[in-house]
Amino acid sequence: MTQMTFARAINSGLRKSLENDPKVILMGEDIGTLGGVFRVTDGLQKDFGKHRVVDTPLAESAIMGTAVGLAYRGYRPVVEIQFDGFIYPAFDQIVSQVAKLHYRTQGHVKMPITVRVPFGGGIGSPEHHSESPEAYFTHTSGLRVVSVSNPQDAYTMIQQAIASDDPVLFFEPKRRYHDKGEVDESIDPATALSMEKARVVTEGKDVTLVAYGPLVKTAKDAALAAADEGVSIEVIDLRSLAPVDFATLEASVRKTGRLVITHEAGQSGGLGAELAASITERCFYHLEAAPVRITGFDVPYPYSKLEMHHLPGLDRILDGVDRALGRPNSLSGLEG
Amino acid sequence: MFTDELGQGGNAAGGPDNSAGHHSGTGESRVQLITPGGERVSHPQYDAWVRDVTDEQLGSLYEDMVVIRRIDTEATALQRQGELGLWPPLLGQEASQVGSARALRDDDFVFSSYRENGVAYCRGVDLADILTVWRGNASSGWDPYTVNMATPQIIIGAQTLHATGYAMGIQNDGADSVAITYFGDGATSEGDVNEAMVFAASFQSPVIFFCQNNHWAISEPVRLQSHIRIADRASGFGIPSVQVDGNDVLAVMAATREAIERARHGGGPTFIEAVTYRMGPHTTADDPTRYRDANELEDWAAKDPIARVKGLLERKGLLTEQLEAQVAAKADAVARELRAGCINMPDPQPLDIFKHVYSTPNSWLDRQEDHYSRYLASFGDPEGANSEEGAR
Repeated sequence: MTQMTFARAINSGLRKSLENDPKVILMGEDIGTLGGVFRVTDGLQKDFGKHRVVDTPLAESAIMGTAVGLAYRGYRPVVEIQFDGFIYPAFDQIVSQVAKLHYRTQGHVKMPITVRVPFGGGIGSPEHHSESPEAYFTHTSGLRVVSVSNPQDAYTMIQQAIASDDPVLFFEPKRRYHDKGEVDESIDPATALSMEKARVVTEGKDVTLVAYGPLVKTAKDAALAAADEGVSIEVIDLRSLAPVDFATLEASVRKTGRLVITHEAGQSGGLGAELAASITERCFYHLEAAPVRITGFDVPYPYSKLEMHHLPGLDRILDGVDRALGRPNSLSGLEG
Repeated sequence: MFTDELGQGGNAAGGPDNSAGHHSGTGESRVQLITPGGERVSHPQYDAWVRDVTDEQLGSLYEDMVVIRRIDTEATALQRQGELGLWPPLLGQEASQVGSARALRDDDFVFSSYRENGVAYCRGVDLADILTVWRGNASSGWDPYTVNMATPQIIIGAQTLHATGYAMGIQNDGADSVAITYFGDGATSEGDVNEAMVFAASFQSPVIFFCQNNHWAISEPVRLQSHIRIADRASGFGIPSVQVDGNDVLAVMAATREAIERARHGGGPTFIEAVTYRMGPHTTADDPTRYRDANELEDWAAKDPIARVKGLLERKGLLTEQLEAQVAAKADAVARELRAGCINMPDPQPLDIFKHVYSTPNSWLDRQEDHYSRYLASFGDPEGANSEEGAR
């Protein structure tokens, strides 16, 4: 066990993948000499060379499109998109090529591409640096989408994502990059909990609270605070956003009868909508209340002095928990 | 106000669609080795690249082009008869496709658009497999690795990046093969094509950008895409380029061979503009009479790529009855095989829709497949479950 930051844990996982598979190649803007704007790839180009850790020109569609060509050639590219809001120029290559090539070629061509995306807000940045675009990709067939919430998962799941023969969108909570945690680097990703499984991180019996990425920490804090008031929250770290591990969610909701979902992304058409609908379909008769979503608003990501209103925080999540429990809350008295 | 009118940008003298041999002045003239009349003309730089082409090989290039035109004609007929949903004819572009494809080695890799069915033929794709996409039986017809050619790309220009990435992989592998990507004049406006040239130049990757300037992107003339010769754009990226007569199979082969040799020996990318003409519609769903002048088609018919090789063979005394009979027999046989392969292609089964979305099981999709198979089974009659009725 070693104490390390979130960013260092990903770095260590990337290093392991580079060591274990000569076909792994890292590509992105500023990832080589600089080591990435968040230093996630620090030192990797020095140790593995410019042909394996590639500083690319500033063209996201080309980074993704050349990764496709490298995958055709048998490589296993790991692409860094510098910030969430910079992924859109690569959208066509991701959605029309990366996601569809295995289907298009009837399985002849594999696309084992990992797309690393620092995402989410809370760092006081200008526009385009704080977005949560995951729902565009969970809606896209052919992609796997995961998000990590702690250094140990970051270390293990980045290796699992790279080893996947399917393309994986790997969302890293940038405001947690400097958080420290225990990481066991002797864990074998092949036998560790699959990146497709959700994890119950706090057991509880009254309400199921589902979060992923940066909000798992907030959700855990909310569970601690609620416990003081005698409310027992079960926190689930979703980990895989597509496909969702509904078996784990169902088991929890059958127990608690109440579901609260939280994410930074806007509400309408977001992943929370899919979770609420699917859980309602699958365990309607176990639900004691309508699922509750506590999310970012349907606004462009706001300017930094207002971002803490946009981001679901502990109090807003607990207000949602109260709503799920039928306790007095900010919307008490409103129909629906 | 935006306009594509010639003259607005001060380039009235020579837009890139001017086929009379003028050009905008920055590039060299168009490479031609066979005149429209079938006369072999010498070229100080490019003769050397085709000096080894024997009489027999010239006959073989002629045969390729005749056969490909026949494939195109037959596929168009199959579409008109309801056997194909759509077909993108390459009529008029045979020399561009044959001259370039026949310059490649087996271990080179092709990334093309949807119109390179002549290239697919040259790469050895099974005839019926060329039609699979257009019949709607699957999203592609062949395993790219058996012929080293990716299946057709429909997103305009996207494949140029794939070729560039593949070429970067070749470099990392220390191999001496090359990637070639085919695209049209319209694609040169796409960001992906421009980004591909940036990457190829920065990394000096062994990729050939083969642009068939066929003058039309559906209804949009080439002057709307570029105000200078398309080949001249490459210099802005630091990529050597050549404009070649795309209806001249030898000139195309010479230019492609030069580019390939450069790429194989560490010289990086080359941009080739093959000036040709799409004599047919964009696809069988298109009606070019709505946007182009019949006289233009007549002008280009006089520069037909097959007629000029035929003319050259005739001048050389090689156009024997035996050759003509042999080529005709081959074209007939290919057409029969193509038609039979199309009509006898097995239909996909309903649950095939779920296959190959992922390479490993996916819980979301597996559930949907399970539910849909139960739904189909609910009809009781296994025949009915597989019929279109079952899907209604």
